[in-house]
Formats: sequence, structure tokens, C-alpha cells
Amino acid sequence: MATLAFPKKSAKKTNAIPVEYTTRDFEVGSYLPEIIRGVGVSMTHFFENTREMLRGKRPDPVLERFDDGITTISYPEQKRPYPERFRGVHRLTTRQDGSMRCVACLCCSTACPAQCIFIDAGEYPPGDARRGYERFPVKFVIDELRCIFCGYCVEACPCDAIRMDTGMHPVPYDSRDQFIYDRDLLLSIKGGAGTFETSNPRHEPGEPGFPGVTREHSH
Amino acid sequence: MTTSQLVWTIVKILVMVGFVLNWAGILTWADRRQSAMIQHRIGPNRAVIKVFGKEIRLFGLLHTAADGIKFFTKEDFMPPRADALLFMLAPIIAMGAVFALLCAIPFGDTICPSRLPTHWSEFFAGPAVPRWGICSADARSGAHPVDLTIAPLDVGILYIFAIAGQGIIGAAIAGWSSDNKFSLMGALRAASQMVSYEVTLGMSLVGALMIYGTVRLDEMVRWQSEHAWGIFVQPLAFFLFFTASVAENKRIPFDLPEAESELCSGYFTEYAGMKFGMFYFAEYAEIVTGSMLLVTIFLGGWALPFLHRDGLTISFGGHEVAHVLVSHMWMILLGVVTFFAKVIVVCAVQTFVRWTLPRFRYDQLMKLGWKILLPASLANVFVTGVLYLLLDTAGAGVAEGLKTAADLSGVLVWGVIGYLILSATIGLLKPIVHKQTLLGSSAEQARRRGGTKAEPMQA
Repeated sequence: MATLAFPKKSAKKTNAIPVEYTTRDFEVGSYLPEIIRGVGVSMTHFFENTREMLRGKRPDPVLERFDDGITTISYPEQKRPYPERFRGVHRLTTRQDGSMRCVACLCCSTACPAQCIFIDAGEYPPGDARRGYERFPVKFVIDELRCIFCGYCVEACPCDAIRMDTGMHPVPYDSRDQFIYDRDLLLSIKGGAGTFETSNPRHEPGEPGFPGVTREHSH
Repeated sequence: MTTSQLVWTIVKILVMVGFVLNWAGILTWADRRQSAMIQHRIGPNRAVIKVFGKEIRLFGLLHTAADGIKFFTKEDFMPPRADALLFMLAPIIAMGAVFALLCAIPFGDTICPSRLPTHWSEFFAGPAVPRWGICSADARSGAHPVDLTIAPLDVGILYIFAIAGQGIIGAAIAGWSSDNKFSLMGALRAASQMVSYEVTLGMSLVGALMIYGTVRLDEMVRWQSEHAWGIFVQPLAFFLFFTASVAENKRIPFDLPEAESELCSGYFTEYAGMKFGMFYFAEYAEIVTGSMLLVTIFLGGWALPFLHRDGLTISFGGHEVAHVLVSHMWMILLGVVTFFAKVIVVCAVQTFVRWTLPRFRYDQLMKLGWKILLPASLANVFVTGVLYLLLDTAGAGVAEGLKTAADLSGVLVWGVIGYLILSATIGLLKPIVHKQTLLGSSAEQARRRGGTKAEPMQA
């Protein structure tokens, strides 16, 4: 007896429920009752949506998206907010007094796998209390075309100075040089919470949280 | 023809053609916006005019205007091997036939010019006219009664069938002259479909003609005004006529001549610019004229139950309950407004049907036309004839009962109108409650910002 290459399997028992097909009785065959029912459904949807449109109360496309109704997002005017941890365009954060948090330690540019961050570190002028204690970036440039939005720079930053919490995706520009974000542009972007600062306050040396070390004792 | 008759005719043409042109334009908008509302979409709303820095969108109505401008400025393309004369002629025939139909449709009661107010003080309490009898020529000024029909034809409905048949020619020669196989197949489908459904269209009306005893459309409306609306007298014929007129308009579910998925756009595939625009516009104008015919023959035309030429008369089976005389001018105006309002409602219903049903297959279309609708219309003729004879010879008691039933149908009509207005008002004012569901931090962010709504996109 020859064996089949693909032997037939016996039918397995399933839990499937057989579908009941509509019989073509007079009610179905005359079309009319179903047509009237269908038009009724169309009308219900029409009047509900028209009412909400006329009263300006159509469901919010994000908050009330599971409701019946028009939940279209009209893109340029309306935007769906990104999740809180969405990695958007970078920004440079500030301290409470408005100065830059970045100390030009080059951690971010070292961590960057795409090598898109360039930092030119500078010393504070003589006489400034911060001189010798920390530096600042004279140039801080991010090439947003090279950036792969991995977020390693944010992880690497010891000062919480660079963040990607803006909730903005990179904007399509006309030319490549517009994608080169410099220091002042990065400083001018607000975070998702609407401030230039971060939610983590920076503890300055000498504050109650930092006993012992002050700038004068640092070196 | 006197000068006053000429002026009246021009006014009538302006009213009728003006309504059809404008409403066909609005229907192109309604089709898009209504479908959007049915399908939970916003619909077209981006066409905008800036006046003094303010954006005017008019709920997307400007798209119709944008379409018109686009049609006029597009290249007037003709396939190189097309038959130039027929190619040019087809849209003209398609559009001309629709507008030629209009001249036989009455949109109001006959005006007695001598009973119209001559002084402003008669505006609110002018003279009423008697309920029966059309006013004769005025002896003083020689003014003739004015039928609110562009051409009050004695052949009425026959003229309409003759002209409606010309629509086929437009579609057929459009497909034939385009030198395109899709166009030709669309034209063949259009021709066979329209010929098939015209039979039903005519046969469904025979029962109504028997009862009304006239082919004049204004006499039909007068009969319905005195007795009951055609939809109560001939319910089956109403549905048959409605179906057949949708098929004649080549609208979904009978839009096989222009079935996009099979034939590009059927018999007008090769048309561009304003020639296409004329086909497109003729289709919408056809909806309006079809609705006008339906309203005239089955939905009482300009008449409303209990409202007659002389005013309001509520009576049940001969017992008069109330009788109020209303001035002639207001009754005429009410009639005209009623007619156009009914047409608008029927147009909206046609649009609902169009956005609810899927397209028929071609064999199903033919089967429906020849095996269901046509026998049904023949049966309707037979049953109507038998019942008419039986009831006519049954005696006074049955006639009395019929009269009461007719009055009750009037009550039903007013009940339906009242219910619709009431439920629409309540529905519009009902509070709208939405349930907020916060899923994920993006929704949480949206809630903190007060939602994602932006005002300009509401309309």
C-alpha cells in the first residue's frame, strides 16, 4: 500500500458554532424591510453626528475616542499628543535662575552612537564664581538629520541638561542646514510640561541637600 | 399672449429653474457632507474664502463653487478618434432633457391675479377665493388665471415620460462617440437599464391615473387635496415608482452604468471639464426632478391635508369641525413653499438610500426590473381596477367610510409631520454626554491640555 505524502488527517472536533445563513423568504427577497431598516440606521448616525457637529460637541479624538461619533483629527490644526516618554526633539534645560544647566562635560557627545552632537566647551571668565568649578558650552550643535533618537544622550547627561520630552517630532525643513540645531535654538524649546526647566530641581552646592561641599571648597 | 402672461411665464421659469439649479448644486454638497455624517467622518470643509482676514468656510458649501471653477478651467479634452459632433451633443441632450421636464410640473395652486392684494393694507387680510372652481378671466382688467406650471399641458404626464426617455439618448451617444470600451459598455448598460425601468415607471402610474382620472399633473394634485395623498391610495405604486425613478437617475443601488470598480466611470469616462460637469450636474438635477414628480403624484404636490384653496377646513366624513378663511396670496405662498419643502425632504431620503445600499449586480438588476417590479406593477393595475369597480358600485355607506378614511389619512400626515418636528427639536436639545476613557500617558497629556479639539475644524 502506497503511503500518501500528505496523509489525510481525521477531522478534529472544534468548538465552532455553525453560521446560520439567511433563508431567502419573502421578507428578505422583497428587500423592502431590510432597506427601511438600513436607511433607519443611516439616519440615526446622520442625526447624531449632525447634532454633535452643530452644537460643537463632537467627541474628543483622544479622550473620548471610544464613543460613537466623529473622532477625526484634522492634523495641522489638531495634533494627537504623544505619550509622555516619547523621544521628541531635544532641548537644553535651564536652572531656576534661567542659566544653562549644561556644564559641557561631553558625556552626551561621547555616548551618541550617531555622533551628531558637537560641543565646544568654554571656561567662565576670571572672577566668575563658577570658573574652575564647571564649564559651559560655547557651541552646542545637534544635527537632527543624523540623530537616531535613541535617547542615550539623555541617559548619559549627569546634569539633566539635555532632554527629549518636548513632545515634538522633528519638523520637515526645506534645506539641510535648517536641521542643524544650535545652542540657542535648543534652549528656546519648551518641555512637555510647558517650562524651560526640568521637573528635577538642581541642588546647588551649599544648599541643605548638599552639606559640606561648596564652590569655594571644590578645588 | 399678453404682456402679463409673458411676465408670469418668465417668473415661473426663474422660480423653477432657479430652484433646480441651486438645489442640484447644494445636493452635490449634501451628498458629500451627508455621507460623511452617516459614516462618522467630517467631510469636505477645507474650501475657504478669506474676507478681511476672516476665514469663511460655510460648512464646506464652497466646495461646490470650487468644483464649478475647476470644471470651467480644465482642459476640454476629446479623444482623437471620437465622433466630435456626437461627443459634443451628448452632455447637451443629457442636461436638456432634465430641464425640459420641468415645464410640466406644477409647483403651486392656480393664481387669480384679481384676488391678489393691490394695496399693502390687504397684505394680511386680503380676500380669499372659493374652494371649488378655478377663477375665470377677470372682467375688469382682463387678467387670466395663472397656472403655477411653466407650461400647463393637457398631456401632462405623457409629456414627462416622452422627455424622460430622451435621457437614454444622451447616455447612449456619449458612450458610443467616446471611442472607449468602458464608455461603450457603460452606455449599453445605461440604455438597457433605463429602457427596462421605464416600463415599470409607466406601469406603476397606471393605477394612479385610473383613480385620479386625469393625466394633468395639477388635476392630480387637486384630487389628492380633496381626497387623500397618492401614497395612501397607491402604496405599492409609490414604492415601485420610487425604485424605478432611482434606477432612471442611475444612482446607487442602480449605478451600474457608471460602476467605478468595473467601468472607470462608465459612459462619461472620456469626458473632462465642463462637459463632465454637465453630466454630473444633470444627474443631480435629475434627482430633483424625480423628487418633484414623486411629490406631485404621490405626496400631494403643493397641497397639505385640510388646507384648501380657501383656507383651513377640518372635517371628518362630512362633519365640519373648523373652517378658517385665509387670504389667497398666503395660500399660494404656502403651497409653493410646501412643494419645495417636500421636494427637499424626498431628495434627502434619496441621498440616504444612496449611502445605505450596495450596488446590485447586473443580472440582479435585470431580474429585479423584469421579474419583480414589472409583475408587481401589473398586479397593482389589476387590483386597483377591480377594487375601483367594487368600491364604486358598493353604495353610499362605503363611500362615507372611504371619505372618513381619507380624512384620517390627513390626520396621519399631520401626526407624522408633528412627530418629526418634535423629535428633531428634542433630539437637537438633548444633552450630549461623552464618556472619557484615559488610556496611556498621551491621553493623560491631552486631558491636561483640555483635549485635542481645535475650533476652526468644527464645521
